[in-house]
Amino acid sequence: MAFAAIAGLALITAFIFKEGFPLMVKAGLRDFILSDEWRPLDRLAPRFGIFPMIVGSLAVTAGAMTIGVVFGVGVAILLTQFCPPRLVGLLKPAIELLAGIPSVVYGFMGLVVLVPFIREHLGGSGLSVLAASVVLGIMVLPTVISISVDALQAVPRPYYEGSLALGATEWQTTHMVMLRAARSGIVAAIILGMGRAIGETMAVIMVAGNTIAVPHGPLDSVRTLTSNIAIEMNYAAGDHRKALFATGVVLFVIIMLLNTAALVLSRRRAGGGHR
Amino acid sequence: MRLSPAATQRAAVGLMWALAGATIAVLLGIIAFILLRGLPHVSWGFLTEAPRSMGREGGIFPMLVGTAYITGLAVLIAAPVGLATAVYLTEYTREGRLTAVIRFGADCLAGIPSIIFGLFGFVFFTITLGMGFSILSGALTLALMVLPTIIRTSEEAIRAVPRAYREASFGLGSTRWQMVTRVVLRSALPGITTGIVLAVGRSISETAAVMLTAGSALGMPEGIFDSTRTLSLHFYILATEGISMPRAYATASVLIVLILAINLFAYWLMRRFIAKGR
Repeated sequence: MAFAAIAGLALITAFIFKEGFPLMVKAGLRDFILSDEWRPLDRLAPRFGIFPMIVGSLAVTAGAMTIGVVFGVGVAILLTQFCPPRLVGLLKPAIELLAGIPSVVYGFMGLVVLVPFIREHLGGSGLSVLAASVVLGIMVLPTVISISVDALQAVPRPYYEGSLALGATEWQTTHMVMLRAARSGIVAAIILGMGRAIGETMAVIMVAGNTIAVPHGPLDSVRTLTSNIAIEMNYAAGDHRKALFATGVVLFVIIMLLNTAALVLSRRRAGGGHR
Repeated sequence: MRLSPAATQRAAVGLMWALAGATIAVLLGIIAFILLRGLPHVSWGFLTEAPRSMGREGGIFPMLVGTAYITGLAVLIAAPVGLATAVYLTEYTREGRLTAVIRFGADCLAGIPSIIFGLFGFVFFTITLGMGFSILSGALTLALMVLPTIIRTSEEAIRAVPRAYREASFGLGSTRWQMVTRVVLRSALPGITTGIVLAVGRSISETAAVMLTAGSALGMPEGIFDSTRTLSLHFYILATEGISMPRAYATASVLIVLILAINLFAYWLMRRFIAKGR
């Protein structure tokens, strides 16, 4: 039974590639990734180009990480360096709760609060890269915070004390010593957060507008790789369905690259011990 | 102008308090917003009746039952497998290539997005194995999804059991299996349970993977081969297809209350576990 996890991973990889890869070859790998024509239902000449969705996923993720990193690392520093322990005992469970809220609820909040706000104050339909970025930025916070906290706590205590003894203030110690020592762990936290943002589906569908076009600004509507799969899977058949699996292949490869990068980085931090 | 180090520190710490305050405000804001608008529409009838006219009228009883079925079955499958993996990793093997491979598998599985699990479950369980859109397909998919959570929390709980317990057990002449089942697992139980409770929470929240594997039938499921619509998917459909906003808010409140209860329970278990460990 111990091999269930690795067997599951192997099965997932095998089936996603088996379903999706042949179509990528058929449509041409280059065209599939770099063409912006997505006309899966065209009887005579169907086109499967997912370039707009790739750009969409990247745009939304970049926006989300801007928010996620500033807030996530800030809160992690506060929790480990400046917050009284009793308050940490309250804040940490609260942040874990943030991770427990279903993604559809985040999407819904974005839809009824954020989207109308953007529509009224910034223009456009409100369903936009910006709305998706803010919603995802909040959703990745628990991941970024908890792993950054672990990284900061793993820094040996004498580093901190040594810096204070040399006359540095706590803040100088934090950004010159602690952040530097915990760097690879914090980068791992950011990469894992990035993976969560790229992989999120339902919340993004609800607030991003889902237009198939390369976005030109933060107020443009956008469709991500994940939304493309979830929206069209219900009625897709034949090559169209295979094209959605191929979209899944692209997503899967991106995620695996990010995961591996994060794993390597967090190993380096641990230096000897596992994880 | 150069700020003195003390002033810089005040500014930086002030900024971080503001960031943390905003984060907590968002959390409380979401919970309050949903509950204030939804709870007034939650009644006994809403919880115990079947939906009528696509969910515009009536209640959410079949979704509660469907969610309970899928979640229960998923955890029933994932818990023994996850626990066995954790026991193997901690008690029956040395750190080496093999454990590295198993951990790599679990870590990667943890990072895979739910929509990919959905795609896999759809092609593997519903089509290849012929289970169709059913509670069983959904539960197996979710089981795979929550497996890493259960492995990791169980492993940590088992590792936290003091070495002396194991040595004492061996010293009394027990076999490794007796030591694991009667000593280690017993004292790691609250930690393991916490992991299982968190897995239940994740299963209830999940939408994308369930949508592609369990379908969205509105009826009352009668067995594990029936399609069902979980609470979170029902909420998604109510909200995005503009069926009924009051009912969407009410369904969301039920979902939030469930999640809050589960998290508080997990937190309480964890605290008890830590207190006992001292």
